Amino acid sequence: MAGSTLEIKDLHVSVEGNEILKGVNLTIKGGEFHVIMGPNGTGKSTLSSAIMGHPSYEVTKGSIHLDGEDVLEMEVDERARAGLFLAMQYPSEISGVTTSDFLRSSMNAVRGEGNEIPLMKFIKQMDKKLDALEIDKNMAQRYLNEGFSGGEKKRNEILQMSLLEPKIAILDEIDSGLDIDALKIVSDAINDMRSENFSTLIITHYQRLLNYIKPDVVHVMMQGRIVKTGGPELAKRLEEEGYEWLKEELGIQDETVGEQA
Amino acid sequence: MTVDTKLTYTNEYIEQFSQDRNEPEWMKTLRLEALEQVEHLDMPEPDKTKIVRWNFTRFHHDFVSGENISSLDHLPEEIKDFFDQDNLPENLLIQRNHSIAHAALSKELKEKGVIFTDIFTAMNEHSELVEKYYMKDGVAVDEHRLTALHAALMNGGIFVYVPKNVQIEEPLQAVFWQEKPGLAYFNHVIVVAEQNSSLNYVENYISNSEEETVANIVTEVFANDNAKISFGAVDNFAENTTVYTNRRGIAKRDATINWAIGQMNDGNTIFENITELVGDNSLSHANTVTVGRGKLIQNITAKTIHWGKNSEGYILQHGVMKDSASNVFNGIGKIENGASGSNAEQTSRVLMLSEKARGDANPILLIEEDDVMAGHAASVGKVDPMQMYYLMSRGITRKEAERLIIHGFLEPVVAELPLESVKKQLKQVIERKIN
Repeated sequence: MAGSTLEIKDLHVSVEGNEILKGVNLTIKGGEFHVIMGPNGTGKSTLSSAIMGHPSYEVTKGSIHLDGEDVLEMEVDERARAGLFLAMQYPSEISGVTTSDFLRSSMNAVRGEGNEIPLMKFIKQMDKKLDALEIDKNMAQRYLNEGFSGGEKKRNEILQMSLLEPKIAILDEIDSGLDIDALKIVSDAINDMRSENFSTLIITHYQRLLNYIKPDVVHVMMQGRIVKTGGPELAKRLEEEGYEWLKEELGIQDETVGEQA
Repeated sequence: MTVDTKLTYTNEYIEQFSQDRNEPEWMKTLRLEALEQVEHLDMPEPDKTKIVRWNFTRFHHDFVSGENISSLDHLPEEIKDFFDQDNLPENLLIQRNHSIAHAALSKELKEKGVIFTDIFTAMNEHSELVEKYYMKDGVAVDEHRLTALHAALMNGGIFVYVPKNVQIEEPLQAVFWQEKPGLAYFNHVIVVAEQNSSLNYVENYISNSEEETVANIVTEVFANDNAKISFGAVDNFAENTTVYTNRRGIAKRDATINWAIGQMNDGNTIFENITELVGDNSLSHANTVTVGRGKLIQNITAKTIHWGKNSEGYILQHGVMKDSASNVFNGIGKIENGASGSNAEQTSRVLMLSEKARGDANPILLIEEDDVMAGHAASVGKVDPMQMYYLMSRGITRKEAERLIIHGFLEPVVAELPLESVKKQLKQVIERKIN
């Protein structure tokens, strides 16, 4: 079978007792590029955090399976080793740990014991990706995300994705805070990953990223559910006309959910 | 069991001890005067730590020689890990029990007049020089009972002297190995850097004594005008050793004293690190890391006292506590009247790895002058769950993620150690202790 399948069924998620996701259904197959759009506060980031296993998000109902394996039974690190990746909107800063040491640790963790990457090979691969993402090589020796600009943090997330080669990458607002040049570089790196063994779920509320990355499926999220699914033409229409027509069509007054609004 | 702080040492014992060491008269007198004071002086009172039940009296004080180590190719197993076999230091003293088992100083440094020898030899060969610095302007005999006790019972240590204008690049390393169980360590270290000189010095205390005993260590570091001293240390006393360590620095005009201390004892510890910034434009970074495990109780005080104008003192303390270990950090910046333009900053952080571990961080500023800068930061907390989540989301296991965060937390101080092998060794000790 080519690629992996992520299957989300009737997913309900709460944060501090507040239900944010109210029944999300979504299936991503190998090789597919999905985009979830939607205004702020509709539950997009909650979905990505819940898939990865963020400690503050509680799944109260529903299921997530990766190639038939129950993701919700897995620890965060197991999910990563199973092939999931989340480029975070607000990555943590880890003082005293160099980016390069961290990258090597995570690559070796994902590759598994006995299959560790030799140091020289690692450096070569890292350097190649640093060049491709036009990241200053000094960054590898800086402490992880510490003092990084917003743009550097985003590129660092994509760098990690490129090196870890996940089966399914969730990119949570990877485009926010990037200028147009950086956006192109990041998009190129994502497009380079395209193969039948790689799929992605891109979360954004700007259409502009889709000028560089062609999605196969476009979803719109409102009130903690996926309310509309279509092809690239859906994103186009949203860019041109905004969300009002959709809200009208669906009879939605307030698209937000929980306290995020 | 009653808590007995009364000593059984007599004048005769001290006189005999001094005579056996062939000490100069001034030393014998200093010892006897100190012994007199022991009874009248109070024990130190480290802020927020009760030490009344600690063992300060049960130990074997007698001078015990250690076997010679003729070749570094055949280092004893117990201390092997503390050296980098491919990169052995050229200037090295190994004190085994109380005697010197190995001594090496490069010809070049000898010719330049550098002294790097044990304290007893130094007292014989350079009596006046040692007398000038020994418990005079640095640590006073009568600060409290433990300093007086130290002066009376000193039974080991070294003397390091760098003459005027001599700059030493390659580090000087001293290893103090308490090999015999129950042996008391009353070690005295003096480091003197004369005008315009510079020096990197690193010391290690190694012990694996399962018997209860005491370490009472006084170290006095003098940086004269425009001298620069980088002082690194890794202390590694075993569980049943009660440790009192006093490291004092005196920095004169334009002088620098930088401390990088790994406090890795398993026995209850009081560590006091005071730097007196006497001269104008003097500078000190006092960095300490510690990892506590088991039932360790520890009190670590770093203090900079600013007398000179434009003097700068930076204190950085990072500690990790696991099991039921508890640690108090006191970071004190004291700016005296007249020390205008000075800057005193203290940062103290404790990371707790278990429910029972305890941490306390107290930055204190005492300022008697208007025209100064000062700042402090403190935190006591657990490993940040968001950092764990981030690392684990890249496939790193919980255990490994925690390990990375802890090493990272201690890294700012580890990185400052002046000798690569000691840095590596400290990392290994940290690794052993957090696992």
